[in-house]
Amino acid sequence: MAGKTAQSRLSRNRTRSAWLFLAPMLVTLFVVAAWPLGRTVWFSFTDASLDLISQARWVGIRNYLEWVDWGDGTGQYYGLLADPRWWRSVWNTVRFAVVSVSFETLFGLVIALVLNQSFRGRGLVRAAVLIPWAIPTIVSAKMWAWMMHDQFGILNDMFMRLGLISEPVAWTASPDTAMIAILIVDIWKTTPFMALLILAGLQMVPQDIYEAAKLDGVPPTRVFRKITLPLIMPAVLVAVVFRALDALRVFDIVYVLTPNTDATRTMSVYARENLFDFDQFAYGSAASTLLFLVIALITISFILATRMDLEGNTT
Amino acid sequence: MATVELINVSKSFGSVEVLRDINLSLEKGKFVVFVGPSGCGKSTLLRMIAGLEDITSGELRIDGQPMNEVLPAKRGIAMVFQSYALYPHMTVFENMSFGLEQAKLSKPEIEARVQDAAKMLQIEGLLDRKPKQLSGGQRQRVAIGRAITRDPRVFLFDEPLSNLDAALRVDTRLEIAALSERLPDTTMIYVTHDQVEAMTLADRIVVLNGGIVEQVGSPMDLYESPASEFVAGFIGSPRMNFLKGGVAEAHGAATYGIRPEHIALSDERGDWSGRVVLTERLGSDTFVHVEVKGVGPVNVRVEGRADFASGETVYLSPDPASVHLFDPQGRPVVRSVTP
Ligand SMILES: Nc1ncnc2c1ncn2[C@@H]1O[C@H](COP(=O)(O)OP(=O)(O)OP(=O)(O)O)[C@@H](O)[C@H]1O
Ligand SMILES: [Mg+2]
Repeated sequence: MAGKTAQSRLSRNRTRSAWLFLAPMLVTLFVVAAWPLGRTVWFSFTDASLDLISQARWVGIRNYLEWVDWGDGTGQYYGLLADPRWWRSVWNTVRFAVVSVSFETLFGLVIALVLNQSFRGRGLVRAAVLIPWAIPTIVSAKMWAWMMHDQFGILNDMFMRLGLISEPVAWTASPDTAMIAILIVDIWKTTPFMALLILAGLQMVPQDIYEAAKLDGVPPTRVFRKITLPLIMPAVLVAVVFRALDALRVFDIVYVLTPNTDATRTMSVYARENLFDFDQFAYGSAASTLLFLVIALITISFILATRMDLEGNTT
Repeated sequence: MATVELINVSKSFGSVEVLRDINLSLEKGKFVVFVGPSGCGKSTLLRMIAGLEDITSGELRIDGQPMNEVLPAKRGIAMVFQSYALYPHMTVFENMSFGLEQAKLSKPEIEARVQDAAKMLQIEGLLDRKPKQLSGGQRQRVAIGRAITRDPRVFLFDEPLSNLDAALRVDTRLEIAALSERLPDTTMIYVTHDQVEAMTLADRIVVLNGGIVEQVGSPMDLYESPASEFVAGFIGSPRMNFLKGGVAEAHGAATYGIRPEHIALSDERGDWSGRVVLTERLGSDTFVHVEVKGVGPVNVRVEGRADFASGETVYLSPDPASVHLFDPQGRPVVRSVTP
């Protein structure tokens, strides 16, 4: 009996000190994440504008959806959910995320497999591969903007010389190629990150099982499908979630490369436009709130669909 | 007939030669142990037989067939790795059947082979588990089971017991001995640096040192007539006493070797006298460390219990028939025994 109380006092003490250690982190998280998020959600239900933020009044869900009656029996829906421009930007964002993350995963996997082999100068190549990731996005976007310039760009020059195109293409300005342009830049920039995360996963695979597979006479393709891939899958999935979270919030590349184009406007760009350019602070807040919900929904569905192991139980 | 033959086999990593001119002929169905100190090339030799390392020069034959260029899977061998090398994402059953599927065996055949091996090793109840849900000893059995299902001509073990605790090591050693009894046509090649494992398991021991074969023979051959000072020191526990100086010179040798169990100890009379420095009591045996005047430190094994105080004077008499004499190069000196 005495032992039991001592035990529970010990565990109570441990619980208390655990909370004590967690407290600074929780406070920081609250200040930098929960509080701004809460404020944004609150503003989305008000009529706040940029210069009258403090006088914001509660207006219900008007920013999201409102039925405006014309008085003659007809009427129209207004609000974010009825705005085709918003839905276009949701679609742009999702399309961008799916395509860029797919290519980045594929290229990242290939590069990681190569970097995992031992060859002369591997250390150098590993470092060199990281360069695109190390350059700030704004800088690399500007760099690509010049390369893709319709008159002075090196890309058009090269393609013309090679005879791939007959006249200069306005890569970033033309609605047909704008999305492709930002995809190229994003894939170029982020593949190294993917490659590195997957490489870390590859290096966790014990080497001796490859020798066991050699003794079992398993051909390389089957070794890859049956041994390598299942063992690095957890690492790949985590990398995909990281990248998807980033891609769904994409802002800087689009803002620098293709501002004001319907073809590439993403949710973040849409929210910023309304918050600061159009002086519709409340409406922009509503867009930000929905942006958060969409990302959360997609990420959670992905985690559930792939039965991702967030607690590290599988290997 | 020999199953495994190595003819003038050498191995270099870059410019470093780690094995030199190995000639071995290992008989079918025998239990052969490669033993030697760390870094002497045991694993490398085993991996060359398995086909995991290229043979730099020389020839490897199994059942008379040259094997240098044959893929590991086609050599009729199976290997148990020191780290077990189980596929972590597969169940025990899948671990054991993966190679068989590759060999294009039928489903019922695979099932039967896995069940047989599982029964032999008493792991039938574990077939649905993943490796991480097993204890070290159970993983070891699965690794052995996976090797058994391949029905190999030659079974290779690389220090399979080194990750187990002392008690389990003894049990598993007995099981491996039993396994080789049950597979009388399978040649076993077993690598260890533990001479007790070598002595208890082997039909033949190959002692390696610094990339060359020091001696090949049955455990008792090696114990009774070691072909070098190295083998004499390596085989037998506790280690043979090596005495230099006067005693050795009196016999016309550089080194005079006598095992602790071949010295009689008395508190009244003997050939040598000395003072007890330390006694180690193991229960069944007692090891008495004696500083012998004019000879040096000598370790003596006394059966059962023996109580000596430190500093006490005792008398030692080495058994003249069990003395080993070596020249300065560590080669045995032909004996002309007079104590
Ligand atoms: N891949 C390699 N590249 C270069 N040198 C190697 C390689 N593998 C082994 N060696 C060298 O070959 C020698 C023999 O190694 P090996 O692994 O066969 O020793 P071992 O007898 O099995 O030792 P241990 O008892 O420690 O396992 C060592 O000196 C080692 O440094
Ligand atoms: Mg070794």
